[in-house]
Amino acid sequence: MEVTSIVNGIIIDHVPAGTSLKVLEYLKIDPSKTKLALIMNTTSKRFGSKDIIKIEDDKDIDLDVLGFVARQATVDVVRGGRIVEKKQPHLPEHVVGVIKCVNPRCVTTSEHDIKQMFHLVHSDRLEYRCDYCDEEAKL
Amino acid sequence: MVGKSVVTLDDLSTNQILEMLHKAEYIDAHRKEVSHTCEGRVLATLFYEPSTRTRLSFETAMLRLGGKVIGFAGAQLASVTKGETISDTLKTVSNYVDVVAIRHPKEGAALVASRAASVPVINAGDGGHMHPTQTLADLATLQSRFGRITDLTVGLCGDLTFGRTVHSLIETLCRFGNVRFILISPDELKTPQYVIDRINATPTCSYVEVRDLASVIGDLDVLYMTRVQKERFFNEDDYLRLRDTYILDEEKLSLAKPHMAVLHPLPRVNEIAVEVDDDPRAAYFEQVKNGMLMRMALESSVVGDDLPGYEPLNPKEVQA
Repeated sequence: MEVTSIVNGIIIDHVPAGTSLKVLEYLKIDPSKTKLALIMNTTSKRFGSKDIIKIEDDKDIDLDVLGFVARQATVDVVRGGRIVEKKQPHLPEHVVGVIKCVNPRCVTTSEHDIKQMFHLVHSDRLEYRCDYCDEEAKL
Repeated sequence: MVGKSVVTLDDLSTNQILEMLHKAEYIDAHRKEVSHTCEGRVLATLFYEPSTRTRLSFETAMLRLGGKVIGFAGAQLASVTKGETISDTLKTVSNYVDVVAIRHPKEGAALVASRAASVPVINAGDGGHMHPTQTLADLATLQSRFGRITDLTVGLCGDLTFGRTVHSLIETLCRFGNVRFILISPDELKTPQYVIDRINATPTCSYVEVRDLASVIGDLDVLYMTRVQKERFFNEDDYLRLRDTYILDEEKLSLAKPHMAVLHPLPRVNEIAVEVDDDPRAAYFEQVKNGMLMRMALESSVVGDDLPGYEPLNPKEVQA
């Protein structure tokens, strides 16, 4: 399968296979308004399979959000058809306004003017918990 | 601690917790001397769900310090029925009072309140999440019975899965260390992994999990009872089979050490037989008194009023 290379833009590589649409949603990138190509479930030497997101034009990627939703992903910045920079997201200590708490008893379900906030509890287990009720985050 | 909100016990250092225990002991012995400590202060008790004992305890604590109390009990009475957010209520009430105690059915409500308020907020229970002053009452009861909160064998019995008081007590005792936990519960109601992880992460603490109370009661310094609720079981047969195993009566108590202390967060239903109440080892009503004393210590500390004649705990003593 071949997809035309991008000239100026970014490539989000090593996205867990099958999750790229979800990742775009968390990154608040609207596929209907962005020139992009998705390669889903392709072969990866490192992970067996992966998705790749190629976005033409400059786009600010929130690396904290990417680290939270797709820790293994990398971001390549492309200029004039060449990769000029590689970025690796880190696990953020805090995640604000990205996902909602799934606990029906959490105060965020009734107090709608407060931000959804999570904090990193265990980096090896990728465990985040809600700042308010301590429920584990679920993507 | 002046101006500090207490949403969870993690908001207090171990030294501050020891200071509160020390203050509570002082207050108990000097009730008259401290009775004007918070004169001119006002406490708001914002109880979005009823909890008569906890509310009365917070209110009595402020009244015994010479302060006054306003508040509501039950959300149907509050402006929440008109759609007001917790944040807005707290921003308003902050203008009226010096300290707030909030109880709310939603988990995390006390944190929301503390972030919105300009005065200290004390969590009086936010759903099944946190109830820090209950744990302070538990610690004060251990302190008054044993003169220490370490070097104890603590048995926790009953519903160890859903009992927030149990989790909070274990986690707090782990911060001080040197406690051996005996976790007594049916398989259906075992201690959650994150609490076990906390014990494992404390080198001076250890635990064993057992199903039978009678077989271990003789080893315990403390027996913390909780209620085994019928609705926690998948089938009624299991409940009926196990129910009596976790009821404390004189027969089981006869196997215990003469100075063991029996604690219970109350209200009890049938898990402690009434006959046990007269046994000197029954400490659960003393726990209620200690809860009020700890709330007095906490309320006076967060508003910044010194207890007359009180000598703070020596920092070296605190570390020992």
